Amino acid sequence: MIVATNVNKYFYVPEELHALKDASLTVASGEVVVIIGPSGSGKSTFLRCLNRLEYAEKGEITIDGMSVLDPKADINKIRAETGMVFQSFNLFPHKTVLENITMAQISVRKRSKKEAVDKAMMLLEKVGIAEKHHVSPSKLSGGQQQRVAIARSLAMDPKVLLFDEPTSALDPEMVGEVLDVMKNLAKEGMTMVVVTHEMGFAREVADRVIFMDDGAIIEEGTPEHFFTNPENERTQTFLNQIL
Amino acid sequence: MSLYPGLDAPRSKNYKQFWAAVFCLSIIGIIATTFFATKSIDYVWRWNTVVKYFAYQDNMETVAEIEGIVASITPNGLTSNVHVQGVGEAEDYQVPTKGLVVGVNDYVYMEDVLGSEKKWKVGLMVLGLILTLKVSAISVVLALIIGILTGLARISDNPALRWTAITYIELVRGSPLLVQLMLWYFVIGTLFNNLLAAWGLSSIPTIWYGVVSLALFTGAYTAEIVRAGIQSVHTGQMEAARSLGMSYSEAMGKVIMPQAISRILPALAGQFISLIKDSSLLGVISIRELTKITREVVTASLQPFEMWIVCALLYLILTFGLSLIVQKLERSAI
Repeated sequence: MIVATNVNKYFYVPEELHALKDASLTVASGEVVVIIGPSGSGKSTFLRCLNRLEYAEKGEITIDGMSVLDPKADINKIRAETGMVFQSFNLFPHKTVLENITMAQISVRKRSKKEAVDKAMMLLEKVGIAEKHHVSPSKLSGGQQQRVAIARSLAMDPKVLLFDEPTSALDPEMVGEVLDVMKNLAKEGMTMVVVTHEMGFAREVADRVIFMDDGAIIEEGTPEHFFTNPENERTQTFLNQIL
Repeated sequence: MSLYPGLDAPRSKNYKQFWAAVFCLSIIGIIATTFFATKSIDYVWRWNTVVKYFAYQDNMETVAEIEGIVASITPNGLTSNVHVQGVGEAEDYQVPTKGLVVGVNDYVYMEDVLGSEKKWKVGLMVLGLILTLKVSAISVVLALIIGILTGLARISDNPALRWTAITYIELVRGSPLLVQLMLWYFVIGTLFNNLLAAWGLSSIPTIWYGVVSLALFTGAYTAEIVRAGIQSVHTGQMEAARSLGMSYSEAMGKVIMPQAISRILPALAGQFISLIKDSSLLGVISIRELTKITREVVTASLQPFEMWIVCALLYLILTFGLSLIVQKLERSAI
């Protein structure tokens, strides 16, 4: 589903930084890949490169066979197939919850208003906040907002969902409700790439865990291998620090 | 009430009443000072002369154009048909029945008044006010469109667009409106009208040169306000919209712009209030808006202070009206 080969990314502001060093990753359809690593390790950058929110200067990325880095690629089409859930939710504050979910369905997927509303209500039901469909996002708790954001991504029927630290901005008691939604999605066979610090989630749900440090992928393996006997020294240090 | 409640200790019980009283007293003081100032200058105030520049009664007279005898008067609703029989000629006149001053068999000479009627007419000040309102309304709409487009060009990746926007903004914002008006009308306007005349077309009415220069002038300021508004919306909003597959323009129009506009409404209101007052310069290209009319009226009435104060009050009505509309928009945008 996703094939990323030797992705390199540089930032020049404020000073030159080699943010991604030959990162390669293959995600099969239906697979859940969790990326962990210390802050500044490039995991969010890598995720953002996958749907070109950041443009990787070198390397190759394809999603469902479509080349992401090809300047001629229809990036809007690729992004519509690649849902993204942000750390800070990024719901549209001037729209209601329902409009947040129907907007792109109508303008990008060209669905009728009724189709879009039906789909949105179905998804809100699924994430457990159907009764809040008419309120403004600012009236919702963080956990509820993040669930709306997931529903908004799902409404596009994406082939892949990317999660950029979806629970990092949440109060501890709300983390569970968002992770539950993500677990259900994983069970239903959604292809997911998740950047997170939730080791419990990684252990329980991930098919594969990837450890990144200093812009490079250091270690890759099943959660079992990862959390019981990591090979790399840096992985061991990181896991010791947070577990 | 306060924007930052709870940051300071609660106010004492009479805090509000005391400062409300202070406010009222200062207002009364200002009014009293102004009143005594008007008394102390050597000037005779005649406020009643103002009235006729808002509405006046015009005496419409119907006069005979031939010499002869009034042969018959046939009432026909509000008007009467007066038949004047002269030597070898006859005329019929429609005269208001109430204002008839001739009777049957009266002999009338040429230019004699057959009847008169008083009609209410709209005064010059009102005509000026309407023109100012019209010019301002069109200019506000145009300025908003120009401002949004230039604001978007200003943040564009395309150097041609961005530099054009910067050049336009700096040039127009940095030079006096009066000079721009004259250039638009006397230089560009002349060229345009000559070209149109060469193609056998009629020239563009002066008012449009005024509208365009006002709109372009305000548009330059509006562009910078719009740019600041767009930049104040978090980049995450654009990323979220684009990651759903929306195009740049779609995301800009549906996600960024609505949020930006509702944030910049107070600044836009100020800009457009300025526009209304700037329209007072249009008199220099002989557009008879409120200020130009006031000048004329002052010359005719010889009561400058009354006329200028009334002129200011009329501008205040327009600007305050705009301010109220924007405040309402602001409330509904939240």
